[in-house]
Amino acid sequence: MIGIEHYLVVSSILFVLGVLGIFLNRKNVIVILMAIELILLAVNLNLVAFSAFLGDLTGQVFAMFVLTVAAGEAAIGLAILVIYFRGRGTIAVDDIHRMKG
Amino acid sequence: MIQTITFYLFSALVIASACFVIMARNPVHSVLWLILAFFNAAALMVLVGAEFIAMLLVIVYVGAVAVLFLFVVMMLDIDFSELRAGFIKNAPLGALIALVLFVELFVGLVAWNAGGVTLGTPDGTSAAVEGASNIQSIGALLYGKYLFLFEAAGVILLVAMVGAIVLTLRHRPNPRSQNIAKQVSRRPEDATINTRPEVGAGVKL
Repeated sequence: MIGIEHYLVVSSILFVLGVLGIFLNRKNVIVILMAIELILLAVNLNLVAFSAFLGDLTGQVFAMFVLTVAAGEAAIGLAILVIYFRGRGTIAVDDIHRMKG
Repeated sequence: MIQTITFYLFSALVIASACFVIMARNPVHSVLWLILAFFNAAALMVLVGAEFIAMLLVIVYVGAVAVLFLFVVMMLDIDFSELRAGFIKNAPLGALIALVLFVELFVGLVAWNAGGVTLGTPDGTSAAVEGASNIQSIGALLYGKYLFLFEAAGVILLVAMVGAIVLTLRHRPNPRSQNIAKQVSRRPEDATINTRPEVGAGVKL
């Protein structure tokens, strides 16, 4: 029978894969944003699993709020990416520390 | 039995597609693997009885966020092979940190499972409504107990929308947009000329 531990192991593997993705693609901002989405997906899975197994719906409501913030974060992040690319012609993260003003 | 099989199927798929998201050479493929990961995570949530969040994940993430990613990846003209330069160099450190993080999470899980860590118990005020579906129960909770948080989530989305528009709005120096005042103030006597040219002479403008 599938217990909550199975879900927690799956979501921790997803979380760790997201962190690993940030390390592996250190130059590519788009893939870093996708890795952050993976991390947030792991968090949502964790919240939903606890909510279902404890019989308390607060976790699912909170997962919805996490979803909202993640959508806003993706929109703002991609907007910043687009204007950064427009000004510089590349999206390499290494050069971002040269931004002034 | 069928629940166990489907759980292992979907969790294996979600982990495999998460691996491909971070390993893929082409970010377009990364986005497509991310969509597969979201679908499988939604299936895992359906298995546990949270249909509303699962459908929200499919609609919001696959329908909006992933398409936004795809749009941006295809719009920017970037040499992606150049961005993969540090991939192998960073791999050992990243793998080490990921392993340490996973062991920490697993130790926490084992400690919780053995009773070493106690979590709060639900007080029953947010339990599912008897005989109602998952969506009805969440709706009752969302529009009752968490109404103000729900409205705050709407404000967050509004701020994100305004921010994204303000960031990417670009005023071109010479826009070919319609100038209505100029069009309205144009009079027929300024715009048209009556001439009576000689035969075969043509008109000089």
